[in-house]
Amino acid sequence: MSAILDVRNLVKHFPVRRGILGGERRYVRAVDGVSFTVGSQETLGLVGESGCGKSTVGRTILRLLAPTSGEVWFRGRNILALGEEEVRSLRREMQIVFQDPFGALNPRLTVEQIVGEPLKNHGIGNRRERREKVEEALTMVGLLPEHLKRFPHEFSGGQRQRIGIARALVLRPRLVVADEPVSALDVSVQAQVLNLIARLQRELRLSIMLISHDLGVVRHISRRVAVMYLGEIVEVAPAGDLYGNPLHPYTQALLSAVPVPNPRLAKKRIVLAGDVPSPIDPPSGCRFHPRCPRRMEICPVEPPKTRQVALGHLVACHLYDTQGEMWIPPAPGGRESQEPM
Amino acid sequence: MPLLRISDLRTYFQTPQGVARAVDGVTLEVEPGEVLGIVGESGCGKSVLALSILRLLPMPPAFFAGGEILFEGRNLMTLSAEGIRKIRGNDISMIFQEPMAALNPVFTIGNQLAEVFRAHQGLSGGKSWQQSIEMLGMVRVPSPEMRVREYPYQLSGGMRQRVMIAIALACRPKLLIADEPTTALDVTIQAQILELMSELRRELGTAIIMITHDLGVIAETAHRVMVMYMGKVMEEAPTLELFDRPLHPYTRGLMRAIPSVAVTATTGELYEIPGVVPGLLARPSGCSFNPRCPMAQEICIDQEPVLREIRPGHRAACWFAEHVGNS
Repeated sequence: MSAILDVRNLVKHFPVRRGILGGERRYVRAVDGVSFTVGSQETLGLVGESGCGKSTVGRTILRLLAPTSGEVWFRGRNILALGEEEVRSLRREMQIVFQDPFGALNPRLTVEQIVGEPLKNHGIGNRRERREKVEEALTMVGLLPEHLKRFPHEFSGGQRQRIGIARALVLRPRLVVADEPVSALDVSVQAQVLNLIARLQRELRLSIMLISHDLGVVRHISRRVAVMYLGEIVEVAPAGDLYGNPLHPYTQALLSAVPVPNPRLAKKRIVLAGDVPSPIDPPSGCRFHPRCPRRMEICPVEPPKTRQVALGHLVACHLYDTQGEMWIPPAPGGRESQEPM
Repeated sequence: MPLLRISDLRTYFQTPQGVARAVDGVTLEVEPGEVLGIVGESGCGKSVLALSILRLLPMPPAFFAGGEILFEGRNLMTLSAEGIRKIRGNDISMIFQEPMAALNPVFTIGNQLAEVFRAHQGLSGGKSWQQSIEMLGMVRVPSPEMRVREYPYQLSGGMRQRVMIAIALACRPKLLIADEPTTALDVTIQAQILELMSELRRELGTAIIMITHDLGVIAETAHRVMVMYMGKVMEEAPTLELFDRPLHPYTRGLMRAIPSVAVTATTGELYEIPGVVPGLLARPSGCSFNPRCPMAQEICIDQEPVLREIRPGHRAACWFAEHVGNS
């Protein structure tokens, strides 16, 4: 499988405003050296709790946020090295779907204008051709041509999310970043939208990066899953491996914390102590060590290296220091990476 | 005698477009020390039901169109304003989804906790402060004697919810109504809060009404479950029974629509409940669920099914409940 997206050592720090007396400049280390790939026509799930940096990763990849450092190779080009104009044209191939179907759509525009906007921005087609493309996109997401002239407030949350998806797809992108696309929806509608995303992925041969806090949602439509904690990826594996055999103590705790709708399933729950520490001043060594139930002496001292302990199963934890082989993100240069991460 | 007995409660809202029947004939009982789970999607009336119990709804536009709410034999619906104020906090208290919105940002945690002891138990300043620290310790807030001086913004979401629970349990109420208490929290923090709630329930014997949209939370906390849809009870059963043998097509649909993390769960196409919840002013005739129901027949459009006992302790409002149970 070749990678359509290859992210290497991505870093995004946000400066924190200094107090009146100045002092040392401090940074929120939202994303701190993240490397992964998204394969062609693959759905990669990126999971983590609030503040872990998963949304920042999504936005930085699309250059909606300027990264601090790192490389993002998209179809052989480092996006982060491109000029504004080139990025603009690349956006035709990379689109985003946002969480909030209420906030993301301009209430003053009709569905036709909202979905047609990317076409207009990129100067595609004349009015009639654009309308055809908009109608086509609406049909793909299960809306009707008669919805063209309506406004967002006339739609339910699920339908609005369909409009957001139609807008993302109207340019026929290759990569879609979906940032919490179903979090605002009720269970019954969530299933409809998840099935829709899975179907569109197959039919349009999309590559999708699905960002979510919901491990069930991610499991359902991702082929591989990456787990983030405090700005770093701690584990990546094919979905079946990650859910069936989680290796990192954080992944294990995260999975065991999800309430399962089956009262007969007696679960051994790992309840983590304390809260996620501040990303301004993350813990030394392994960032998870203050909350880790399996902490060892080395953990506060040295950050763990990422190791590949099974095919495609990477983990950054000292428990596995003697297993598998060290995984180093490939050197810069735009080559296709050998092993998908 | 049950601690709380609600019969045929109808809480309606007067709107310019007509009367919205948010809670429409709900009957339920909560025994002392029991956890009753109420589950349903947005707009099903679960929160209005909770707010009705403590009479926390603005009236108008809300009004009671019928029914009664008996708490230890007293009808809360007809109690004087003074009477219901005494019940609130002392006998029944409530926690909400968003602890930041429920805490006053300009007072310290200690101020807000101590106020409860002063107002409800007439304790002096020093004593109420001491009690506040003790209470924070009980909800496992680390170093409570320091936290008590902090403001809500200085606490994380999980810590704020602990403080809310401390305030709610300060007077050792007999009933705690928890409306989506962990929905705004991350899963690892949710696990902490759910564990805390179940420990405190065992220690204090508090009955809990757990309102949530999450069947996972229900499965892990509730003794008995009520499934609501459009202001009505669709199904009610002991938790194991409900999950083993859902008798209402809506309950069954909800269960199959959830993407699960369980290794045993299948992946691939999720079950979809077609369509959306109609607005309360556009209630379908007959069974409210009929336009979305895969089993709907003519009778479902013509006549509303009543909630009836199908198996011991297991009630469902569906004409074909026996059939659903066997399929």
